[in-house]
Amino acid sequence: MALNWFKKLKTGLSKSASKVEGAIASITGKKTIDQETIDNIEDELILADLGIEVAARITTKIKNQKFELNKNKEIEKLDIAKTLASEIEQILLPSEKNLFENVSSKPHVIFLAGVNGSGKTTTAGKIAEQFRVQNKTVVLAASDTFRAAAVEQLKTWGKRVGAQVVSGVDGGDSAAVAFKALQLAKNEGIDIVIIDTAGRLQNKKDLMEELIKTCRVLSKLDKDAPHQKVVVLDGTVGQNAHSQLKSFDEAIGLTGMIITKLDGSAKGGVVVSLAESYKIPIHAVGVGEGLDDLQTFKATSFSRALAGLDEI
Amino acid sequence: MRASLSFKHGRYCGLNIRSGIKMFENLTDKLGNVFKGLTKRGALSEGDVDTALKEVRSALLEADVALSVVREFIDKVRIRAVGEEVLRSVTPGQQVIKIVNDVLIEVLGSNESELLIDHAPPAVILLVGLQGSGKTTTAGKLALHLKSKKRKKVMLASLDIYRPAAREQLRILGEQAEVLVLPEIEGESPEKIAKRAMASSKIQAIDVLILDTAGRTTLDTAMMSEAKEVFKLSNPSETLLVADAMTGQDAVQTAKAFSELIKISGVVLTRSDGDARGGAALSMRSVTGCPIKFVGVSEKLDGLEPFYPDRAAGRILDMGDVVSLVEKAAETIAEEDAAQMMKRMSQGSFDMNDMLKQIGQLKKMGGLGGVMSMLPGIGKLQKQMAANNFNDKAISKQEAIIYSMTKKERINVALLNASRRKRIAFGSGTAVSDVNRLVKQQQDMARMMKKMGKMGGLGGLKNMMSSLGGGSSNSEQVSESQSPVMDANKMAELQKMMGGNMPNLGNMANRFGGAGLPGLGGKPSKKRR
Repeated sequence: MALNWFKKLKTGLSKSASKVEGAIASITGKKTIDQETIDNIEDELILADLGIEVAARITTKIKNQKFELNKNKEIEKLDIAKTLASEIEQILLPSEKNLFENVSSKPHVIFLAGVNGSGKTTTAGKIAEQFRVQNKTVVLAASDTFRAAAVEQLKTWGKRVGAQVVSGVDGGDSAAVAFKALQLAKNEGIDIVIIDTAGRLQNKKDLMEELIKTCRVLSKLDKDAPHQKVVVLDGTVGQNAHSQLKSFDEAIGLTGMIITKLDGSAKGGVVVSLAESYKIPIHAVGVGEGLDDLQTFKATSFSRALAGLDEI
Repeated sequence: MRASLSFKHGRYCGLNIRSGIKMFENLTDKLGNVFKGLTKRGALSEGDVDTALKEVRSALLEADVALSVVREFIDKVRIRAVGEEVLRSVTPGQQVIKIVNDVLIEVLGSNESELLIDHAPPAVILLVGLQGSGKTTTAGKLALHLKSKKRKKVMLASLDIYRPAAREQLRILGEQAEVLVLPEIEGESPEKIAKRAMASSKIQAIDVLILDTAGRTTLDTAMMSEAKEVFKLSNPSETLLVADAMTGQDAVQTAKAFSELIKISGVVLTRSDGDARGGAALSMRSVTGCPIKFVGVSEKLDGLEPFYPDRAAGRILDMGDVVSLVEKAAETIAEEDAAQMMKRMSQGSFDMNDMLKQIGQLKKMGGLGGVMSMLPGIGKLQKQMAANNFNDKAISKQEAIIYSMTKKERINVALLNASRRKRIAFGSGTAVSDVNRLVKQQQDMARMMKKMGKMGGLGGLKNMMSSLGGGSSNSEQVSESQSPVMDANKMAELQKMMGGNMPNLGNMANRFGGAGLPGLGGKPSKKRR
């Protein structure tokens, strides 16, 4: 599985990785790293959505590092890639945290939020699948009462993973759906409640209020619920991911994030700049549309993939 | 009139934030800061241009404009900015702003564009894009747009056999838009569905057939060749790439991959009502070479708007629609009024009657939000105002309070003792605290007016008032639509006069703590005290 994850991730990141590699390759045969090379590397890191600050800092590190020359008295480009990977790894390591680590209470409520189209429903299905593998019972709450056919989409996932789906009327109260699901879980002794909320842009104040309300309503049944509040971020989104993370955190107090669509041409570098700026754990990454395409986030693998290195 | 459209979309708090352009606000703030330095200089050296462009570069990058696009952009600006063109001009800073503005408009595309669907029916519109970019919602929006605005007979067909309930979603949207939706048949391939949709729309005399495809990553070769196959057999009149306005550096990759595969004819930018800086618009446009035909601005079916490159560029440059502001103000503020108010202001006698007049003028000009959105440097203030519930409603409240005063009280607020204030509050349906706040505000403003008169800012104020009010000396100039450079001129003047930078108005709004800030003339500076 781990290898699979790495492979998928690496294919996904390959576009950006190959560019980073390309920039590094340009130093072949050089004894020192000149400003142009540094600028190139920095540009490529920006291209990978790492953000200007992180990119600048990492390149400064590379610039200031004394690299050992090989027998041709040249800098080994692999060394630079390694420096790059370890710099990124250092940023990412503190954020590595398994989603399933803290599942102790019963029922355990996982609350998913995010902007439209970030992949919440798909992620809800994938999480449910992982719990099914662990022989845990799951109820999915279709709290997205707004978008057309959102309920049907979740129901399809429910069928695939053998989970119950609780839904309400279209345009109805989403908090009520969440409440109903938790109540059902309590009554029937279901282990896990996954709440799939409607997508919302983080600058829509009233919609963010609705999220807060849903959390508040849940806490009436169980004062610790929702136990995990996870934002689902689209990996292809650029620096706006910061704004998303910040707003959702301010609204409901996030316990973690999941980054989706890293299988595509996604750059994924935004993960690094998010980890750098926020102390919010990264649980998992989405690397495909399949049931098992949600993979636990591993800082080492991710940074090596981004730097174009093979897995250790 | 350029501004007319901007007042149609009332948003929260009664602020007419122009939804379609909102995503550029952060970038606007940033570039505003960059050029604040430039406007103040008399002459520009090559170094100055470079410094400014460095800032422009990082602002654009932070706004998620793709690096290659940024490079191209910066080079274009530099070539035009450094050299004679700038050095010869009288106000070099403004010249650079104009050049950046021009290049921005160029990159964003200089024309609005319509959908080309008026040939032999059925015209096919094919929607492609990444997962979750908003294709299905856009399909529904387009259907409604074509049906209600273009009087077309529309059919929707979903080729998304992968995502659960995708077809169901389109069917529901079709029902909401009241257009036909191709019935689903299980087990059909996307190619087959496309063929069936075309045949069916021929029979039913459909004008426009909208094909909604599954989301695909550009690296997925199987899915990409499927898209190509569908493109070939449906021979679409319009192939629209649906992309998220929040897209990062990946925008280039996406745009390239799709436009190399099939002939993209336009871009739809969704979620443009978010707070993303919207750099994707610049990237998409310059990589595909296709116009941005629409922007998605809400989750509702009617949330589809045309994209206006010139306005977007104007907002990015933080120069605002000063032209529109001037035009609009000229219509509404009578010359005599302006002259009279000038006189009174310069004497420092600014009483409740003046305040009332200003409120009235403000209302005529499309409300506070309308005026604010036209002024440059005001993005931050708008946000703060929204946060403080500072809105048109508050203005109406103030009007009511003043109306509840006697004539004497309006001229001399010193008369207002506790019992009178109580009466006024009762009469206007407000609280005594509202009355107090208004009185304090009026006094603050009167003090500021007086100060400005003393400071010799009067000349500047006169200029402003005459240009805003279509005053005698400038009226001809004003009535003609002016170049952005002129606007910049005026803004610089205004800023200088105000003795501070415009964003500091934000502090004002805070200090007023949710009360109104009436009147254009009443844009006080931080030097108020």
